[in-house]
Amino acid sequence: MTALLQVKNLQVRVEEQEILHGLTLTVNAGEVHAIMGPNGSGKSTLSHVIAGKPGYEVTGGEILFKGEDLLDMAPDVRSAKGVFLAFQYPVEIPGVTTMTFLRTALNAQRKARGEAEYLVPDFLRKVREVAGSLNIPMDMLKRGVNVGFSGGEKKRNEVLQMALFQPSLCILDEMDSGLDIDALRVAADGVNALRSPERAMVVITHYQRLLNYIVPDHVHVMSKGRVVKSGGKELALELEATGYAQYEDVAA
Amino acid sequence: MNVALAKTDTGTALGEAFALARPRLPGGGKVANTRQQAFEAYERIGLPNRRIEDWKYTDLRVLMRDVLPLAPAPDAAALSRAADALKLHAIDGVRKLVLVDGVFAPKLSDLGKLDAGLTIRTLRDVLEADDAALHAKLFALDAANPMIALNSAMMTDGVVIAVADGTRLAQPVHVIHIASGGLPAAMFTRSMFSLGKEAAATLVESYICADDAENYQVHDSMVIHIGDGARLDHVRLTEDSREAFNISSSAITVGHKAHFNTFGMNTGTIVSRYQAVIGIVGEHSQVETNGVNLLNGRQHADTTLVMNHVAPNCSSREVFRAVLDDRGHSVFQGRINVHQPAQKTDAKMMTRALLLSDEAEADNKPELEIFADDVQCGHGATTGALDDSLLFYLRARGMTEKQAQALLIQAFVGEAIESIVNDDLRELAISAAERWLAARA
Ligand SMILES: Nc1ncnc2c1ncn2[C@@H]1O[C@H](COP(=O)(O)OP(=O)(O)O)[C@@H](O)[C@H]1O
Ligand SMILES: [Mg+2]
Repeated sequence: MTALLQVKNLQVRVEEQEILHGLTLTVNAGEVHAIMGPNGSGKSTLSHVIAGKPGYEVTGGEILFKGEDLLDMAPDVRSAKGVFLAFQYPVEIPGVTTMTFLRTALNAQRKARGEAEYLVPDFLRKVREVAGSLNIPMDMLKRGVNVGFSGGEKKRNEVLQMALFQPSLCILDEMDSGLDIDALRVAADGVNALRSPERAMVVITHYQRLLNYIVPDHVHVMSKGRVVKSGGKELALELEATGYAQYEDVAA
Repeated sequence: MNVALAKTDTGTALGEAFALARPRLPGGGKVANTRQQAFEAYERIGLPNRRIEDWKYTDLRVLMRDVLPLAPAPDAAALSRAADALKLHAIDGVRKLVLVDGVFAPKLSDLGKLDAGLTIRTLRDVLEADDAALHAKLFALDAANPMIALNSAMMTDGVVIAVADGTRLAQPVHVIHIASGGLPAAMFTRSMFSLGKEAAATLVESYICADDAENYQVHDSMVIHIGDGARLDHVRLTEDSREAFNISSSAITVGHKAHFNTFGMNTGTIVSRYQAVIGIVGEHSQVETNGVNLLNGRQHADTTLVMNHVAPNCSSREVFRAVLDDRGHSVFQGRINVHQPAQKTDAKMMTRALLLSDEAEADNKPELEIFADDVQCGHGATTGALDDSLLFYLRARGMTEKQAQALLIQAFVGEAIESIVNDDLRELAISAAERWLAARA
């Protein structure tokens, strides 16, 4: 069986500086992987390169998604094929209501896959159902995308999109940053509800705390642009106790 | 030099066009004399060129290559093409007043069941009637401006609308200029909208054309009076053909405790100039103007606004936006004059340009001339491209580059469109913007 995501010896530069120095990672459908590591170790860079953000130069290695070369695809093509990045810092878009944004995005993905676009009433029914399960009031969706949203609301909005688009690969970049425990629990419940044998999740986090709520199957430690150690969920607890210092030495 | 000669030829050809058109122009006696004087005033300057400060960015001697003959009155075929165009642009719940090729078209207009206090006459009727006071009001635009002078000389028709004191019109009045797409021609129109004391109304002006209309020239003008305690909501949408010219002028006077809210959007024409002079002559009045130019290809659009604060304790807000692709060129000249008695004036002006191409150009010329000491006046400008991080967010959610751009452009334009109070008119403006975006994709 082909892995859902294969990152092979990935080397990435940003503005002439190498950030990822040969990173390898394999994620199968149905699995939840956690990527942990100190600030600046390249976690967000990896997530951006997988999602197709411009400004990164891939100088070596490859990324395969369901066996296909992902690096060759435009970001919208990746999205339509099932790649979803929940942003560490979701942007605010004044003047575009969340409703319009969700409908345009969902229909663009469906169109790219050759599926019928949703008509407004069907779309509304679907959004209402998903928003309800995440405790997102419909009023919030009539405002500009993320405009005036609290940190928790922004992250819930990312989970809402995930639930609506039903991607096969979800990458969550620091979903816990800036969230209090209650907000974290709501968001994590939303993510857990999406766990399924067809779907994989890559949970990027600096802290072990999130992994109490989203329990991973595999944990990887990243340092200075490489995966320096992989293990089971107990690795996260170990890290909690010892900190990252030893791994910084490993990479140095 | 050949080019110089061609420019001069344009001016001469207009003289001939005037001579030819004269027998068709309504109004004898004094009106005819005023027209003659206006034409002479025009001829003294001719087509404005860049050496005239006010026309620095819009040199009509360069841009306006041909002089087109006065459009003939529309025949049955022209009216039927106009009726088709109307189907696409007209909305329900408004009173349509339609001018086809510069001539009022009663059959396409809604003249029935006039509200009490509303009177509508054609410019032709008014100019033919013996009404010197009304004629004086109609000629109360700046005669020294050559394009206004030319318009005064050549105007053939228009609508003269009056709303009586205390009348609050529920239904917007929609003046629609349609070019029927016959032979290339020029149309000269003038209209007037007088709003009595404590009256309220919504005036919409649209410039559209039949499907196959290409090269034509619109020369329009509008006189607006807003009485004491009155409120006018005004929407102006220019969707002329991509080869058309539209040169329009307006003079607006705002009385005491009055409110003028105006929105203008230009998505059509190859060259356009909208020049408006707003005089706030009564105290405690409020003016809001919002404008948007959506331009691509080689479209050139110039908006020149003069805000005259004559009376104290008034406020004015001008926000002007441009979305520019390809070699689109947008010009905004905004002048705020605060006269000496106009103490406590609060006047602000803002321009925002969104550049989608390196070759597009946005020119801003803000000017403040202040003779009162206790005022708050200011202007600002921003110019920039679409935000890359927003574009990436949208693309990461499945939108193509064009879709993501379109959504962000709609948001930018939407902020201006929000100033339109009436829901149906907001939709009308949104659909005009969507048509421009769809044509871009
Ligand atoms: N746009 C950029 N320009 C220059 N350096 C960058 C840029 N983005 C990230 N970096 C650098 O790359 C390294 C990894 O950053 P990042 O991927 O954000 O790490 P993490 O998410 O693990 O905290 C850091 O040293 C950071 O300074
Ligand atoms: Mg990060």
